[in-house]
Amino acid sequence: MTFDGWIQLIVLLAVVIAITPLLGGYMARVYSGDRVRLERLFGGFERGIYRVIRTDVKRTQDWKSYAASLLLFSLAGWLLLYLLLRTQTLWNFTGLNPEHFKSAPWNVTFNTVTSFLTNTNWQYYSGETTMSYFSQMAGLTVQNFASAAVGICVAVALIRGIVGRNGKGLGNFWQDLVRTILYVLLPIAVFGALVLVSQGVIQTFGHYLSFTGLTGLGGHIAVGPVASQEAIKNLGTNGGGFFNTNAAHPFENPNGFTNWFEPLLILAIPASLTATYGKMVGSRRQGWALFGAMAVMFVVGFAVLYAAETHGTPAQHAAGLHTAAVHGSTGGNMEGKEQRFGIAGTAMFNESSTATSTGAVDAAFDSLTGLGGAVPMANLGTGEVIFGGVGSGLYVMLLYALLAVFLGGLMVGRTPELLGKKIEAREIKLASLGILVTPLTALASTALAIADHAGRVSIFNSGPQGFSETFYAYLSQSNNNGSAFAGYTGYDGTVGNLAGSHGITFADLLGSLDLAFARYVPILFVLAVAGSLAGKRVAPAGLGTMRTDNPTFVVLLIGVIILVGALTFFPALLLGPIAQSLTGHLF
Amino acid sequence: MSISRNAITAGLVMIVLTLLLGIAYPLAITGISQVVFPGNANGQQIKIAGKVVGSKIIGQDFATPVYKNGKAQMEAGEPVTKPDPRYFQSRPSATVPADNAAGTTFSNLGPNNKTTEAEIAANIQAYLQLNKPYDPGLTKATVPVDAADSSASGVDPDISPANAWIQAHRIVAVRHIRLSEVMGLITKYTTGPSLGIFGEASVNVLELNLALNDIQGGR
Repeated sequence: MTFDGWIQLIVLLAVVIAITPLLGGYMARVYSGDRVRLERLFGGFERGIYRVIRTDVKRTQDWKSYAASLLLFSLAGWLLLYLLLRTQTLWNFTGLNPEHFKSAPWNVTFNTVTSFLTNTNWQYYSGETTMSYFSQMAGLTVQNFASAAVGICVAVALIRGIVGRNGKGLGNFWQDLVRTILYVLLPIAVFGALVLVSQGVIQTFGHYLSFTGLTGLGGHIAVGPVASQEAIKNLGTNGGGFFNTNAAHPFENPNGFTNWFEPLLILAIPASLTATYGKMVGSRRQGWALFGAMAVMFVVGFAVLYAAETHGTPAQHAAGLHTAAVHGSTGGNMEGKEQRFGIAGTAMFNESSTATSTGAVDAAFDSLTGLGGAVPMANLGTGEVIFGGVGSGLYVMLLYALLAVFLGGLMVGRTPELLGKKIEAREIKLASLGILVTPLTALASTALAIADHAGRVSIFNSGPQGFSETFYAYLSQSNNNGSAFAGYTGYDGTVGNLAGSHGITFADLLGSLDLAFARYVPILFVLAVAGSLAGKRVAPAGLGTMRTDNPTFVVLLIGVIILVGALTFFPALLLGPIAQSLTGHLF
Repeated sequence: MSISRNAITAGLVMIVLTLLLGIAYPLAITGISQVVFPGNANGQQIKIAGKVVGSKIIGQDFATPVYKNGKAQMEAGEPVTKPDPRYFQSRPSATVPADNAAGTTFSNLGPNNKTTEAEIAANIQAYLQLNKPYDPGLTKATVPVDAADSSASGVDPDISPANAWIQAHRIVAVRHIRLSEVMGLITKYTTGPSLGIFGEASVNVLELNLALNDIQGGR
């Protein structure tokens, strides 16, 4: 590790700390019904949408009504996206399918649609050989916005539940959805897309380029409307690549600066939502406490990943390669990494992406060192709360906070409360279930996929790495992350027009089940907690109140997160990355 | 709000969002990009005499087909190629054929796997075979990691400076030009870290090879 390597991360964190109160405060205004400046531009359009969708957004919803709207919106999105992707050739008249790709098989599409609806963007398909420009835009880009907005809505509803003083209203889902898109996601995405194009990300509807190289060898270069999707893919912590190799592809991530700017887009909203929380509950310190817990775990993850990849792999050493840094070469494990990012840049990007449930990658995770691969696993295994997905990071973190005040209360014999509201058996039960659904889904699916031959056909590498691939696949889909040890496959022959290519139904459907179950069930628990808290009276803080805005609480919170994660996942980690880290043996 | 009213609302919202985010937004970004950054938006194509020879930021395979009795050799449907010693060579690529920008892929080779060791050993061997005759001091231990490990995208446009310095010996001998001239070009086409801090120094292989042709009058 070098100082030059660390400086990128330090600058990234410094900028994130700087924008957190600004963007977070702005979002608090968006959701408190205050007028924001952009309303001068989009206010008429916003009211127009409410008229078109024929709903009275002034009517506040209780948690059940809010949940019902959210689920129906997701169902409508699912059906529309499935229809669009399965009828890909029907839209050729738009001219946005220049390579005449056919639809992917039903099972792969089923997985893809569920994946994009749940803000996961797990991809068994390969973008540049499967998807038309029309499908990427009108299908996938739309869900990049919509699924992100859903996550933010749930977080906002939970905050309203925590601060609500009278009644059970959590706000109006349709209004939260539209305002999130118009005043938060869309403006930043436009800005981000243009910055990316200025750096070399492409944006065109043209045919794939054909070229004849200097030696006379010819070839084709896939192109497309990449920047518009790249911006929201990162900003909305979605992560689905336009191309198969995601942000490792030079057209998605052309240089060292974009490799820093994209993690900034990734972290912007999840980090800022802590400040939104702080502002809406009336104490900015509450938000910074959550931010602090997240930031500490974030830096530790980066350090381990960076150090592990600098060290190199047993396979490299066995082949006689020297992995120490020399003049003009970073050394380390460069298998599946790009020269322009180097080891430190790669560690920064992927730590940001896996800690936030984004799942964009600028390197091949299957080729990370054993210990390096354990870092994304740990980021997933702690439930995506290290900043986490847009909205989902905050709402799962708040569930952990409830658990922490409860445990803290037990330890010192005080009544657990959060911001003056008594935390009782009902909330703790709901929070525990909300936290446990995801790991249980992941572990059960992994066990099934390892035990069954139909699951094992998806594996690419032999030995413990094969287990890691399987475990990661279901861990990633359950946590709605979307990054992959990409040797694991659910689509045999990923070229859309290739005869004989087919989806692997077991992997596609088991994954879909995990995606949907581990997204919507926790959301329901979170909204139920919000509804339960909303009706509670606020008691004034007394001597017996445990503070939730000081370093002691931050340590307690981190402790609870690591304890739950370790107890759940330690055996699985032993079989994969830990076994690999302890041996130089090749399999 | 009843379920059926909610369902109608949900459907209408999806239609509005699709028009706004799926059509209007990408069209607007495309329009602005094509006007303000046409070079970038279209992939930084490099043209010589009106013909596209590649994209500046997409790696390519500087190899020539292998002929036997006047016929191009084929293997698994792809022509067999060998590196052209007159050009700097890109990093190993896991795509089929190498550096296939119409179907990018990772190697996905695991850290503790025999196949990975075999692949890296083969890459080292190929690198030594190509460069050792011109750089006798080159050994397994001094092969730069980026020359032996395959890239992530499969179309990495860059190599490390160390990799370029080693290959420079071969270029000098095959092209009969001065080492100082080649080293000057390597420095010229080395970029990064961006703004001095982001990423690593990297040498653009296509630009470097084009410059070599330029100083020799297009050969």
